[in-house]
Amino acid sequence: MDEAIIKVRDLEVGFDGVTVLDQLSLDVFKGEILGFVGGSGAGKSVLMRTIIGLIPKRAGSIEVFGVNLGQADEGQRKNVERHWGILFQQGALFSSLTVRQNVQFLMREYLQVSERLMDEVAIAKLEMVGLTAEDADKYPSELSGGMTKRVALARALALDPDILFLDEPTSGLDPISASDFDSLIRTLQQTLGLTVFMVTHDLESLYAVCDRIAVLADGKVVADGTIDKLMESEHPWVKSYFRGKRASMFARHSNQPAI
Amino acid sequence: MSSEPLLSVKAGGEYVELAAGGFWTASHAASLETLIAPHTQVSACARSLSIDMTGVQAFDTFGAWLLEKLLRSWRGKGLEANIVGLAEHYKGLFREVERTNSAPLEKRKSRLTQPLWWMESLGRRVEKLAYTLVPFLNMAGAFGLALVRTFTQPKSFRGTSTVHHLDRVGWQAVPIILLISFLIGCIIAQQGIFHFRQYGADIYVVDMVGVLVLREIGVLIVCIMVAGRSGSAYTAELGAMKMREEVDALRTMGFNPVTVLIIPRVLALVIAVPILTFLGSMAALYGGGLVAWQYGGMSPDIFITRLQQAISITHFSVGMIKAPFMALIIGLVSCSEGLLVKGSAESLGSRTTISVVKSIFLVIVMDGVFAIFFASVGM
Repeated sequence: MDEAIIKVRDLEVGFDGVTVLDQLSLDVFKGEILGFVGGSGAGKSVLMRTIIGLIPKRAGSIEVFGVNLGQADEGQRKNVERHWGILFQQGALFSSLTVRQNVQFLMREYLQVSERLMDEVAIAKLEMVGLTAEDADKYPSELSGGMTKRVALARALALDPDILFLDEPTSGLDPISASDFDSLIRTLQQTLGLTVFMVTHDLESLYAVCDRIAVLADGKVVADGTIDKLMESEHPWVKSYFRGKRASMFARHSNQPAI
Repeated sequence: MSSEPLLSVKAGGEYVELAAGGFWTASHAASLETLIAPHTQVSACARSLSIDMTGVQAFDTFGAWLLEKLLRSWRGKGLEANIVGLAEHYKGLFREVERTNSAPLEKRKSRLTQPLWWMESLGRRVEKLAYTLVPFLNMAGAFGLALVRTFTQPKSFRGTSTVHHLDRVGWQAVPIILLISFLIGCIIAQQGIFHFRQYGADIYVVDMVGVLVLREIGVLIVCIMVAGRSGSAYTAELGAMKMREEVDALRTMGFNPVTVLIIPRVLALVIAVPILTFLGSMAALYGGGLVAWQYGGMSPDIFITRLQQAISITHFSVGMIKAPFMALIIGLVSCSEGLLVKGSAESLGSRTTISVVKSIFLVIVMDGVFAIFFASVGM
């Protein structure tokens, strides 16, 4: 638990004069599920997209698996990218490929294995995320919201990554599907030994699956730790988030102890 | 390298024992696959298989599945197959993978081995071809109906939207239309002069340029440009709106998508294309005159005098009458194709292609129909 797998130091990100993240530092440790919360527009997704390299940073450093992504050459970068999986908010499935082809996309690129093995592993992944072999030949436009997320998760897990980035994994799902999805993430994290970086709004997810929570406000991580620890925080946003009406409702009903 | 996966035989014969080691992970899946393949062939005398996993340093879904596959190939023959010494933290993963692929993998339909598949797809294509005009006629009907409704309820007409589209497909198209028509006019004149000169018939180049540009080329060039430039944009826009359910949202709010989205677009085209045709024709005549002067040595005065003799207002009206009808076809085709877009990015692309191809095809067919019509009324 001590080894930081993602190390963000003094990160600064902004667009046209607006600074979104300011001197942000964050560690994600091996084997934990980190929940990342913050108000709408606070820059949670911006941080995730900066770490995975979709948004350029102004200053600071990002280290993943001990590789400084700012200074890494193409080969190192590719090697890092091969060991993370990303679940985008809307799934971002390739709409012209079938579910099977979506899951096999990375395998085709990186592995020289037989077609048959790829088929079998793709089905195995789909079954692990709770889909069936019959879904494999559907196109993304034929899937429901929950199924899209599951396929996207199967695709993110295609190469057995070490880190899984989740951008609002339960948004747009009904509470039952959402809690199913939460426990799925928990199970997969345990069986596959994943490190999970989860951007979320969903209080239930935070209670149910996260080992540790980091709170983003004013462009910085203002608090981090277990739910119990955050409950005691005096930061106004953290206070209203975790001790607001909705949150206390969860705290009362949640049997799951915060770890 | 020590990270390579290993699988060695410790004991053969009746009770086979294998020892596994190294990295059983996705990166080594290819070598692992070849490593395992010979062991799935069960020899006749074998009774049981035992795999010692103690030496395995890393293990993931790929490794787990290949292991499971090996075990299944033995168990499928009614033999015993077991693993020993799998590290505790990999057991959960292995149990999870054990449960998958319970049904045998269906053979995927191979296209090459099925000659019937080709016949079937041919049949389906021909069948589809028969319905290719249906969406167009459908849209023409819906458009006509909505237009009538707009006349009876003028308030539902979207004036701002129409002006906006007029700006996009009309005003912003002027420079490129002028340039292309100008060049076409130059080329026709140059070719005409080059060939007619052999017969000393230079002066008839003016007739050719004038008649050709005003009756046919002017309007056709504009229509082909507009189909490629604005028709494709219409299809892509409406298609994207369809994909994001914006069209459905409009419908549920009680708006008719044809009134809100399609009438302004088609009307803008119907207004813009005749204007562009006029401007384009003038540019082409100018280009023709310029080439006749610079390349053919015909002074502008002679060109203009000859032009006045060669063409009449009829030639001009023939071109101008055609323009709004062509615009209507382009508008209706591109809008109807846009609304046929399904969920995928590929369908958006193919609908846009179909839209441009179909509009240009129909414009040329329509041009032929007009030629017959004008010939029979003596224009």
